[in-house]
Amino acid sequence: MLRIPCPFCGTRDHTEFSYEGDATVVYPALDALEEEWFEAVFLRENLRGPHSEVWHHLYGCRSFLIVERDTLTHEIGGVRLAHQPTAEALMQGGTK
Amino acid sequence: MQRYNALSVLWGGLTGQKHWQQVWGRPEPKAHYDVIIVGGGGHGLATAYYLAKEHGIRNIAVLEKGWLGGGNAGRNTTIVRSNYMIEGNTEFYEHSLKLWENLSHELNYNVMFSQRAHVNLVFSPSQRDAMARRYNLMRLNGIDGDFWDPKELRRRIPHLNYDHGRFPILGAYVQPRAGTARHDAVNWGFARAATALGVDIIQGCEVTGFIHKAGAVVGVETNRGGVAGEILADKIGLAVAGHTSVLAHKAGLGKLPIETHKLQAYVSEPIKPIVDQVIVFGGIGHFYISQSDKGGMVFGGDLDKYNSYAQKGNLPVYENVMAACMQILPCLGRVKLLRQWAGVMDMSMDGSPFITKTDIPGLYLNAGWCYGGFKATPGSGHTFAHTIAKDEPHWANARLTLSRYREGRQIDETGHGPVAKLH
Repeated sequence: MLRIPCPFCGTRDHTEFSYEGDATVVYPALDALEEEWFEAVFLRENLRGPHSEVWHHLYGCRSFLIVERDTLTHEIGGVRLAHQPTAEALMQGGTK
Repeated sequence: MQRYNALSVLWGGLTGQKHWQQVWGRPEPKAHYDVIIVGGGGHGLATAYYLAKEHGIRNIAVLEKGWLGGGNAGRNTTIVRSNYMIEGNTEFYEHSLKLWENLSHELNYNVMFSQRAHVNLVFSPSQRDAMARRYNLMRLNGIDGDFWDPKELRRRIPHLNYDHGRFPILGAYVQPRAGTARHDAVNWGFARAATALGVDIIQGCEVTGFIHKAGAVVGVETNRGGVAGEILADKIGLAVAGHTSVLAHKAGLGKLPIETHKLQAYVSEPIKPIVDQVIVFGGIGHFYISQSDKGGMVFGGDLDKYNSYAQKGNLPVYENVMAACMQILPCLGRVKLLRQWAGVMDMSMDGSPFITKTDIPGLYLNAGWCYGGFKATPGSGHTFAHTIAKDEPHWANARLTLSRYREGRQIDETGHGPVAKLH
């Protein structure tokens, strides 16, 4: 079992989460060139070693988290919120 | 090569089994080969064999970082089938199945290919309709397919949980020519036959880099060190499913439509014959099971569903697979598990493989097998050899290109879209 330290819920089993893949993929603008869309949709670095990835805490707080995890050892480094504006709002004392 | 036959077995029995010869050695790498195949699993060994046998190329090396068949070739659940319905897959897997049917004779080695039928259970009318479409399409493509109604199913597989309240079994779609083979024998058979044709199989030789010249790949760097660590070749083929992206980055191919995921498999203690087919519980759950000739129940289920290069499985999937087993074969509840293991696989973005030339001259790619590579072993080797030797695809792998993603021609058998973990 992987144990993921959720910033809101504490450390939880990975079965509470849904894996959403490589966090470094940036989706282009809707009118971007087909080539950019091809790369974002289909191509992956697929790293062996440290890997930034998105986990959705589906059966918890439902936050999207970016988890730094080693794909060879499964060791988990940092965890942070994927959605930057939400992270900033929380830093400033919550969503009013 | 010393031929194996009934007479030699008899003679060996009478003369103290002293007639056996070593079937492959431990050759030192040469400075140059016509073709280097990276990866000494089933696909790599088969490619080397067919290159030597059908294309007359004899100066070939197969480089394997571990030992023969120590990767996924020795980690699978040994299922062979061709029940595909989309062009690209249909012709390729049927081509492969036809090669399986004569493989033991071809290699003069008993790969224990047993056409015991592949049985896809159906549990609802809508699933039956979807399966009918698949199996009708298969028949139109000249692939065998059949329907066993509950009465026939009960006669052939009496131990299934027929009267399950949630998952009542309504019948099964069947490919009678499908079955299982002995995975180690397949590797050893190809290794022996390739060695007899002059192929160098070099184990414990990891490719650590590629030698480029004027935009082409002209050799590999290996962990052998020094001058001996550099091996030149006219053509280099990669057959390293699971680690394709790692080598592709080193070769300069860049990103590929692949994520590496791990899949677990399980085998029980040997028991008396109980299941004489490959049984699949699909759709609602995901579970497949057969019984090996030693009596062990060999089975598996889903991926662990997160990127991983670790050859070890996680417990939640373990529990899920056991639960699926108990739904359809509760009679196995008291049987003890003997072993559990995991392999890492190339999960491609449409669930189908690629066997193709690359944009880099001299470099050829065989990858993206998801978790169905074992059945493809002879077909993959046969068509990859053709692609390398002729610089153009065989008819059976013509659609298994890398460019199909860019062209919008994905071969998405299950319709899951570009999410690697779902295929």
